[in-house]
Amino acid sequence: MPKRIHQLLWTALLCMAASAHALTPEQAQAIAVGESDTRVEALRAAVAGADEKTVQFIQALSDDAVKVVAGKPVLVKDDKAVDLVTGTETPLPDTAEDVMNNNRMRGELDSALATLKLLSPDVAVRSEAIKTLQGEVDESKLPMLDKAFAQETVPELKDRLGLLRAAALLSSADAAKRLEAAKLLADSSQAATKTLLIERLQVESDAGVKGALQMSLGKVESRLAWGDRLGAVFSGISLGSILLLVALGLAITYGLMGVINMAHGELMMIGAYATYVVQGLFQKYLPGAFDWYLLASVPVAFLASALVGAALERSVIRFLYGRPLETLLATWGISLMLMQLVRTIFGAQNVGVENPSWMSGGVQLMGNLSLPYNRLVIVGFAIAVLAGVWFLIEKTRLGLFVRGVTQNRPIASCMGVNTARIDTYAFALGSGIAGLAGCALSQVGNVGPDLGQGYIVDSFMVVVLGGVGQLAGTVYAALGLGVLNKFLEGWTGAVLAKIAVLVFIIIFIQKRPQGIFAMKGRSAEA
Amino acid sequence: MQSTNSRRFTLKALTAAVALTTLTAVPAFAADTIKVGILHSLSGTMAISETVLKDTVLMAIDEINAKGGVLGKKLEPVIVDPASNWPLFAEKTKQLLGQDKVSVIFGCWTSVSRKSVLPVVEEMNGLLFYPVQYEGEELSKNVFYTGAAPNQQAIPAVDYLMSKEGGGAKRWVLLGTDYVYPRTTNKILRAYLKSKGVKETDIDEKYTPFGHSDYQTIVADVKKFAAGGKTAVVSTINGDSNVPFYKELGNAGLKAKDVPVVAFSVGEEELRGVDTKPLVGHLAAWNYFQSIKNPDNTAFIKKWSDYAKAKKLPGSDKPLTNDPMEATYIGINMWKQAVEKAKSTDTDKVIAAMSGQTFKAPSGIVSKMDEKNHHLHKSVFIGEIKADGQFNVVWKTPGPVKAKPWSPFIEGNDKKPDEPVAK
Repeated sequence: MPKRIHQLLWTALLCMAASAHALTPEQAQAIAVGESDTRVEALRAAVAGADEKTVQFIQALSDDAVKVVAGKPVLVKDDKAVDLVTGTETPLPDTAEDVMNNNRMRGELDSALATLKLLSPDVAVRSEAIKTLQGEVDESKLPMLDKAFAQETVPELKDRLGLLRAAALLSSADAAKRLEAAKLLADSSQAATKTLLIERLQVESDAGVKGALQMSLGKVESRLAWGDRLGAVFSGISLGSILLLVALGLAITYGLMGVINMAHGELMMIGAYATYVVQGLFQKYLPGAFDWYLLASVPVAFLASALVGAALERSVIRFLYGRPLETLLATWGISLMLMQLVRTIFGAQNVGVENPSWMSGGVQLMGNLSLPYNRLVIVGFAIAVLAGVWFLIEKTRLGLFVRGVTQNRPIASCMGVNTARIDTYAFALGSGIAGLAGCALSQVGNVGPDLGQGYIVDSFMVVVLGGVGQLAGTVYAALGLGVLNKFLEGWTGAVLAKIAVLVFIIIFIQKRPQGIFAMKGRSAEA
Repeated sequence: MQSTNSRRFTLKALTAAVALTTLTAVPAFAADTIKVGILHSLSGTMAISETVLKDTVLMAIDEINAKGGVLGKKLEPVIVDPASNWPLFAEKTKQLLGQDKVSVIFGCWTSVSRKSVLPVVEEMNGLLFYPVQYEGEELSKNVFYTGAAPNQQAIPAVDYLMSKEGGGAKRWVLLGTDYVYPRTTNKILRAYLKSKGVKETDIDEKYTPFGHSDYQTIVADVKKFAAGGKTAVVSTINGDSNVPFYKELGNAGLKAKDVPVVAFSVGEEELRGVDTKPLVGHLAAWNYFQSIKNPDNTAFIKKWSDYAKAKKLPGSDKPLTNDPMEATYIGINMWKQAVEKAKSTDTDKVIAAMSGQTFKAPSGIVSKMDEKNHHLHKSVFIGEIKADGQFNVVWKTPGPVKAKPWSPFIEGNDKKPDEPVAK
């Protein structure tokens, strides 16, 4: 062991002496194999005098594309082992071992790569590198940062590099430098800067620097607080959009038609399973276009649920119009049957529905505020579905008939409207929208036979709170409940927030049984 | 009058006939099989974790039967589905012990289900093998705990995260599902962290309901909390809530090297439905990982994948093994050895014979049932999630650790004896 450490030190020294030294096999070995401490040391040394090969090697390490054969690291490319120095390809032996990178090692590799990329000619790469280095800098990286700072021409990147330099200088031995750095850091809006300032504040001895640190910390914190507030609003809107999707179908079947449909949740579940089936088909037959399976599954989910809904209406519900209690019991029974049916076909366990790659990750708005793409897509989807439903109900002939039948069935019938058929269409539409909701839910939660159970209460809550028979009420109620829930959750925790929302709704319905928006004018059946 | 009488007679005759057939049937069955009860949720929020345990018991039973059974008798599985419904666990146990007369029950995952079963098993003097890591604070004569106690999982995991290698965490978010296991584990961890000098303000405890699916606020809060210093998250989230939690974590860009999450209820099986690429580096602490390399494990994995393929189980295209499966497998094999030693399936005789049983575990150690405290001696492993959903073992204890069901970090436990007390 001591012999190896000796050897390591020697290689490290050698590297430091010669700048732009080519990566030696010994050096690569020291980075890839051994105890974390010595590996980190070797890595840092290699970065100081890196060349093309070093970058390539570190990149491969961080991509898990390096294996160890007989104690020596080799690059792995398409199941071939590539020699580090000569570049010759040999078949990969079975004895090849993985290089073990734990979190610490991965962090070091990332920051090493980012440091090297600071000098890249590509602006986007440099910007990404600066982002990665956020909160990872210390004084050892200062020479590299200085060099990058001097070379940088894009003003925005230069500012960000300046902040990085300041962060590195914060632990400098020179109090004047620390003071300057502390003042500079007030302009940062990164959560990492807050951490850095707090940590420095605990060990700082110089009174002047301490004051500057306090000042900067206050400024950074107030900037971060805005990100937090906006984040809470966004998550409220996002939850609201999900509630809207799950309640919109019910707003038609329950709100307009007056059917208490306890199987509404199961219609969502069918939509989610339809998405799963489409995903499976794409995986099997169109793996190249896998990213777009979700687009194809939207109409499939709608049609699947709409068909089941139409069948339900024709076979059961139409015999029960005007008998809410019986409808409730019958649809509840149907919901149990649908769940068991899905269990028999797909199994009781949840099935995995993957996010397409364009829905993973998020867009960074502020230092501490990033909006996940899947949530953004769902908000957009909810708006689109809402617009579609509004158009259908308000602007089309079918919508006119639906409204007519809801308001006065005998008169509509006298005018020659086939009311029975309109009922089926309207119920199928409501069910289809539940299917769309299921498709959206598959992207954020679990897809399993009891998926619908978790949302049935929420969807009734939204419809009743918004006022039965009112689409606009449903929208306000969904968004209101979403934001209220999220603000309460931030304040009291998830368990209490759920209870508090239920209590709020009970009190609200007591005081105003007709919901936020009451039906205006004379409704024939009211 | 006449007709009523005759109807009554027919009824009586029928009842008698049924009673007769059952009477004759039961001894006939009892003569050649030993009934084994399987009490795992096959539906509901816990089905994600528990279904494979049912199949593990079935696999072990097939294996034992193929070698001639126990005491010359074949094992006969009796499967019930308590459907993630805690009171139903107690009902089904009553049915297994009272009606089916099973000799032993393998079952439960959540502690709340175990707590619901416990009084029934004790009252009817049954035998329960519980295969999942749990919070301790319990020691029943009728239960054998083949999962880890807190000192065999939670405490080593926290120690690792505090070390330089694990990132040197200073602030802690204790995040769990709202029931007895997370609450108790977090109570123990809080006391332990305080004993290590962590301040009250540096610990944040959060709970969510079972089946919670919207983790936006929680992940945002973790992010905010982490800005105050190097933070680690200890997750005792159970069941399918883990999928949305990890999805949110990935989408929010919270990387493992910044804020590592160590989970106590997430194994290979739970990660099946998750895209693991954004989760690389997050941790789990267990006493077994599928990725552990040794001949016993290779054999265990092969046995399982052959079984899964032969039975066409869901997911058999990618057969996975995990810690509770290993614990189940050890449990049923030790029970078999104990029955053979006791030469009887009588509960009290088997309990006596269980003490000190050993079994060569797939985790690579010879696992031993403690002579007194009904818990297994286990090695502790800490693994990091890899891109393929497997775990990379980054730390392990030098040897097996004895379980401490009564954690020394809860007040008053120092006086409790390390063995079940007769009531």
